[in-house]
Amino acid sequence: MTKEIWDILIVGGGPAGLTAGIYGARSKLKTLILEKGRPGGQAATTEEMENYPGFGRGATGPSIMKAMQEHAEDFGVIIEKETAVDLDLDGEIKIVRTKKGKEFYGKTVILCPGANPRSLGIKGEKKFVGKGVSYCATCDADFYEDLDVIVVGNGDAAIEEAIYLTKFAEKVTVIVIHDEGILDANKASQEKAFANPKIHFIWNSVLEEIKGDGIVESVVIKNLKTGEITDMETNGVFFFVGYVPNTEFLRGKIDLNDQGYIIVNEKMETSVPGVYAAGDANQKYLRQVVTAAADGAIAAFAADKYLAEEENFKMQVLNAQGTVLVAFWSPQKEESIEAVSLLEQNVNQLANTKLVKIDLYRNHLVANRYNVESIPAVLVFENGEVINRLKGSISQEVLRELAAGRATV
Amino acid sequence: MHVFDKENFDAQVLSSSELVLVDFWSPKCEPCKELMPEIEALAEKYGDKMKFGKVDVSQNRRLSIGQKVLGLPTIVFYRNGEKVAEMSKDFTAEDVEAKINELLKINT
Repeated sequence: MTKEIWDILIVGGGPAGLTAGIYGARSKLKTLILEKGRPGGQAATTEEMENYPGFGRGATGPSIMKAMQEHAEDFGVIIEKETAVDLDLDGEIKIVRTKKGKEFYGKTVILCPGANPRSLGIKGEKKFVGKGVSYCATCDADFYEDLDVIVVGNGDAAIEEAIYLTKFAEKVTVIVIHDEGILDANKASQEKAFANPKIHFIWNSVLEEIKGDGIVESVVIKNLKTGEITDMETNGVFFFVGYVPNTEFLRGKIDLNDQGYIIVNEKMETSVPGVYAAGDANQKYLRQVVTAAADGAIAAFAADKYLAEEENFKMQVLNAQGTVLVAFWSPQKEESIEAVSLLEQNVNQLANTKLVKIDLYRNHLVANRYNVESIPAVLVFENGEVINRLKGSISQEVLRELAAGRATV
Repeated sequence: MHVFDKENFDAQVLSSSELVLVDFWSPKCEPCKELMPEIEALAEKYGDKMKFGKVDVSQNRRLSIGQKVLGLPTIVFYRNGEKVAEMSKDFTAEDVEAKINELLKINT
């Protein structure tokens, strides 16, 4: 069986993965997305989405994500329903293994695993999942027509979903940990919530326990200021208390921060060359559809550049006949410019030798791979192997030694 | 896959001595719609050994709450009118297939 090797192998089909797909496929790169469920990620389960540019009032998460998916497929992105469980990222060809036991191969990988709602681990929370405890308003709002529900949390998701729930429920009670009047949500949503007669707030409080016989019947609420414990009857509890990144399967493969978020630089590069990350699983300031899409675009662009550089290096250096001098330079470093120009003037005096220049600022990957720490530096390649390294300024003398094939470090 | 509702649930599910898988879903539930084709594939594969059906909770709210289903997606297995297994929120089609195999084994 010949294995199919993708230029860009994307793990996760939310807004970050789909956008990376669009950019990759438009650059005529063979692009595959592995998505465990339906493309669209968390955004596809968020009913109200009025902050994605170009889609105003009345826009919904599912409709925007469906448009994004069609956009990607239209440009030739292939989407396969697979759950990534293990990766091998060290080789030139990276391998992603899936739950079904399949292997996928990519010259580059873009990780967009996203995040999932956090559970608080309150007494009764786990027991009543599907029995009145919910993390998805669009999934479960139907059940609560004319009933009472509680929302735990006060960020954007909590307040926006509380507003959505009032379309179904009789009464929505939001449990807020802060002092009266203080919510973490955006101002527009706050104003809507305060004006909604179906929404009630309980301030300075946290949920202690969820109780019921088979299904949720009541909750125990604790006031943090007074220490007072109150029982309150309810039919459902919705948790919107932040997210946890889906990065467990990446542990030990790439660098994660203490909270498990993927550490990337401004090019969305992870700690492994050729492996990028985008979207909510990244360590970043703002997690929104628009920022996930932006990450995806950057990651795909960086992956494209990486592929070009790798291809170029392979063709010009590794697979070249004869001797290749690889000179590392940077426009900011005068000494390195001089060294390169000296080599350029003299390279034709060396038998069967050509010169390849690498701008360190634009291509640090090759430099890192060969442990080039300072410039000017020259690596001498023969048959794809480094046979000599020269550091510091290049003199006529060194050139003569090179020609004689006995230059030393 | 059968369509179960408040009219036929007693006869088709609760009175059945055969193992029955019920997929509770709603048109607004995206994860449910993700899962549905995979459950349909399982219905093709195991349809001669047991019964498969789905309940649209948006049309059968009382029935669902009566079955203590208050969150989606949820899959409940029934046999002789008893719930024999239940899965909610975090599960995959692979988990469902494993449960089917486990429950069918108990039968024979």
